[in-house]
Amino acid sequence: METQAFQRIYTKIEQLTKATCTVRATGVGNEELALVHGRLGQVVKIMEDEVTLQIFSGTEGIPTNAEVAFFGKPPTLQVGEALAGRFFNAYGQPIDGGPEVEGEEREIGGPSVNPVRRRQPSELITTGIAGIDLNNTLVTGQKIPFFADPDQPFNQVMAMVALRGQADKIILGGMGLTNDDYLFFKQVFENAGALHRIISFVNTTENPPVERLLVPDMALTAAEYFAVDKQEKVLVLLTDMTLYADALSIVSNRMDQIPSKDSMPGSLYSDLARLYEKAVQFDHGGSITIIAVTTLSGGDITHAIPDNTGYITEGQLFLRRDTEIGKVIVDPFRSLSRLKQLVIGKKTRPDHPQVMNAAVRLYADAANARTKLENGFDLTDYDERTLEFAREYSGRLLAIDVNIDTEEMLNVGWELFSKHFSKEEVAIRKDFVDKYWVE
Amino acid sequence: MSTSPNISATGKVTGIIANLVIVRFEGAVSQNEVCFIQHEDTALMAEVIKVQKGLAYVQAFESTRGLKIGADVTFRGHMLEATLGPGILSRNYDGLMHDLDTMTGVFLKRGEYTDALDSERKWDFNPVAKEGDTVIAGDWLGEVRENAVLHRIMAPFQMNGKYTLKSLAKAGAYRVNDTIAVLTDSDGRDVDVTMVQKWPIKQAIRAYQEKPRPFRLLETGVRTMDTLNPIVEGGTGFIPGPFGSGKTVMQHAISRQAEADVVVVAACGERANEVVELFTEFPELDDPWTGRKLMERTVIIANTSNMPVAAREASVYTAMTISEYYRSMGLKVLMLADSTSRWAQALREMSNRLEELPGPDAFPMDLSAIISNFYARAGIVYLNNGKTGSITFIGTVSPAGGNLKEPVTESTRKAARCFYALSQQRADSKRYPAIDPIDSYSKYLEYPELQQALNEQIAPDWVDRVNELKNILIRGKEAAEQINILGDDGVSIDYHMTYWRSEICDAVILQQDAFDDVDARTPIKRQKYMLYKVLDICNTGFSFESYEEVNPYFKRIINQLRQMNYSEFESDKFQEFEAGLEEIISERKAG
Repeated sequence: METQAFQRIYTKIEQLTKATCTVRATGVGNEELALVHGRLGQVVKIMEDEVTLQIFSGTEGIPTNAEVAFFGKPPTLQVGEALAGRFFNAYGQPIDGGPEVEGEEREIGGPSVNPVRRRQPSELITTGIAGIDLNNTLVTGQKIPFFADPDQPFNQVMAMVALRGQADKIILGGMGLTNDDYLFFKQVFENAGALHRIISFVNTTENPPVERLLVPDMALTAAEYFAVDKQEKVLVLLTDMTLYADALSIVSNRMDQIPSKDSMPGSLYSDLARLYEKAVQFDHGGSITIIAVTTLSGGDITHAIPDNTGYITEGQLFLRRDTEIGKVIVDPFRSLSRLKQLVIGKKTRPDHPQVMNAAVRLYADAANARTKLENGFDLTDYDERTLEFAREYSGRLLAIDVNIDTEEMLNVGWELFSKHFSKEEVAIRKDFVDKYWVE
Repeated sequence: MSTSPNISATGKVTGIIANLVIVRFEGAVSQNEVCFIQHEDTALMAEVIKVQKGLAYVQAFESTRGLKIGADVTFRGHMLEATLGPGILSRNYDGLMHDLDTMTGVFLKRGEYTDALDSERKWDFNPVAKEGDTVIAGDWLGEVRENAVLHRIMAPFQMNGKYTLKSLAKAGAYRVNDTIAVLTDSDGRDVDVTMVQKWPIKQAIRAYQEKPRPFRLLETGVRTMDTLNPIVEGGTGFIPGPFGSGKTVMQHAISRQAEADVVVVAACGERANEVVELFTEFPELDDPWTGRKLMERTVIIANTSNMPVAAREASVYTAMTISEYYRSMGLKVLMLADSTSRWAQALREMSNRLEELPGPDAFPMDLSAIISNFYARAGIVYLNNGKTGSITFIGTVSPAGGNLKEPVTESTRKAARCFYALSQQRADSKRYPAIDPIDSYSKYLEYPELQQALNEQIAPDWVDRVNELKNILIRGKEAAEQINILGDDGVSIDYHMTYWRSEICDAVILQQDAFDDVDARTPIKRQKYMLYKVLDICNTGFSFESYEEVNPYFKRIINQLRQMNYSEFESDKFQEFEAGLEEIISERKAG
């Protein structure tokens, strides 16, 4: 970025930390963007004529007489149809070798939607994955993360969901993405011939961590453009939000703020909510749906990052390796989509809620049977049958490589019920049993 | 809140840290005074939270993006106020009591402050006092009908001492800002009274004679509350629970079903889609007590998690002030706040920016005092005219990591008298509502005045039977532990029966389907019927040959009782299931 003629240049840097610098300057607005020694920074604190900036790429090598030029505006993104199909860095600059996007300049991190202008989410998103569509149905306007261990294939599942989700636009916000994963996403989208409806903002592990703070706002500003102005169905993928939160804690630490739980800033909840709450359903059909990834350390969901996330998002999805079938499945016990109630049995076949509950209940019985087996107790005939059911249920429905429509999922459910159990054991409402039981 | 023109002091911005703004001022400034920061052509509302060395530290209720040093600030000589008058019911406000529906545009705009009340609408006013009467603050002068309630027009709460009613408007249609009465103070000065008054939200309205101990049940239709751990009219309760344990579903159920004239919901720092659910459903759903639409008795104060953090604290105070206003009319008010943890977090953010020494988990040291003060504003009161009015307050708490030892939960436990602990374990096994029956408590159940009232209202031996239920649940838990340790065949059949008795109580009394039309709300008469039914079964001796027969037999009993729960009370279907139940019981009834 070039400094422009009308900008005033300041050179009196008073203080430098690893992530911030303080300069004497006047007439500066809060949250304004500046170029410090050729690096982008944003104003985070002003005391009289002392202006503190967070330097996104770190302060290594910045001298006390460095030139500081203020832009007179907060970070912005040029929005327009031309965004589609492009790859950008955290500052919204193209990294795909293409030209700068011409369009309307919008401030990122803009205001919230008035809650009375929202509509209740009611349109389901189908992914073909039964662990999601059958048990944890997603709805437009929802926000939901994968809670996953770093070694799980969450990015693959997310890419799959994105491509099958029939969204008008898919916006990828990559934070601390490894270069390999970045190339994976690029390749998957390319192979699917979907590049024209994908927009990516990517900060890889090779980029400075504080830059990540810009990525979700960039992605969501683009999303708001398409959802509000163009009334499109937009799906936003944010991976990995744990690395975003880590970047927040770095900045708050450098600013001498008192950390709260797990060395996270006290404002973590608000900081995350500000992003996730951009998920919205509008009256005119436009919507923003957010699917995120929060990596866990050692599966601990009481850590401040997943904990605060869980209070904000509308459910969470867990992946687990099922050793019985040797495949990764969507865990039916710990996963939850809070908004599924709005669509299942209403937008899908009426027996959907009952089939879903009965299958999970029988799967739970199988888990109990397995515990019994491990503890050396004898299994009853019913226990044996639940185990057989569980193996098939896991392989034919829960595994993430399944790709069938919801009707088919329900039919498979009925097939498995009829094969392994009596009608009483399945305990579904009589009128459904009469209609769907496979004799 | 319309901006009043009186400016008490002025100043200029000298520092900005997120939404904390430091102002050098001239003139007198008071703690918690409201000020406006002029940013380009919008005025941003803020509140003084600290004054030090000639500098006022103010928290802005808006984003301070773009704000510059030297911006003009005007102080308004009053604290943050609620605007109280007819027309509050069925409205959706933000945390500072601006009407969300009259705002323009899809996005919230900084500095767009809409009026709380419709100043054009005319209300049919009926005088109830007489000219020449002596009146004090809070006395009823007249009334208008607002939806289902009689909205009393009261002498302003700000008045000190005795006044004489000099003139009072005749019955007729008036706007809220029309003068409807003139009062004369002891020095002979006249005060004009309209239907609107303002009150600083952080102060309690004390226009009542006394606040007795609560003594009447507040029916919610939720069995695990009403039967096991009842909340009372004017009582306080809190619901802590990890995410996904059903706090919000629980609060929504209470807000729909509770026996209240007015329900004030403060959606404080929670999900916007949950508030949208209220906006969408309440205008459609019926109030079970009046048959009118639920929205008619409801006020929603929405400061969702993405709205300005500072207004989050204000939102619970605004809701409480509105509740106190309606209580002064002799009404039963239910106030719900979801979640008070978010409010505490807002306090923490600000305390941090002020560089105060932190208490536990970086929360401010006075957190406990702030929470107690707030809960103390609820209660049943005798008004000046001897009538009662009440605020029942139930807050949710979102403990970090589901750990009930964290500061907000601990502080709230000291302040609230009912504790409804949501358990992850119950939620995981889909036993909803996931309120742990053994950890939870209602202190009110120990009040002799309430015990007496319950026994008179429901049945002479009611409290004893409730305690019997609690004992069965505790014994069942103990038996389950024994069975787990010793194995199914390592204990006598009695243990299995003890366990399954408690399972009946759990499945039939405690568990309730909030999404089923019939089961969602159980009137107290039906709760009594089912409790006595269940206790009768628990007191019946059954004979079994081996432990393996116990489980399937009791499952059949539970299934039958559950079908009863799903059927209209005393309907043919209900009686059919009951007859089936009696048959099952007679199969194994001992001797």
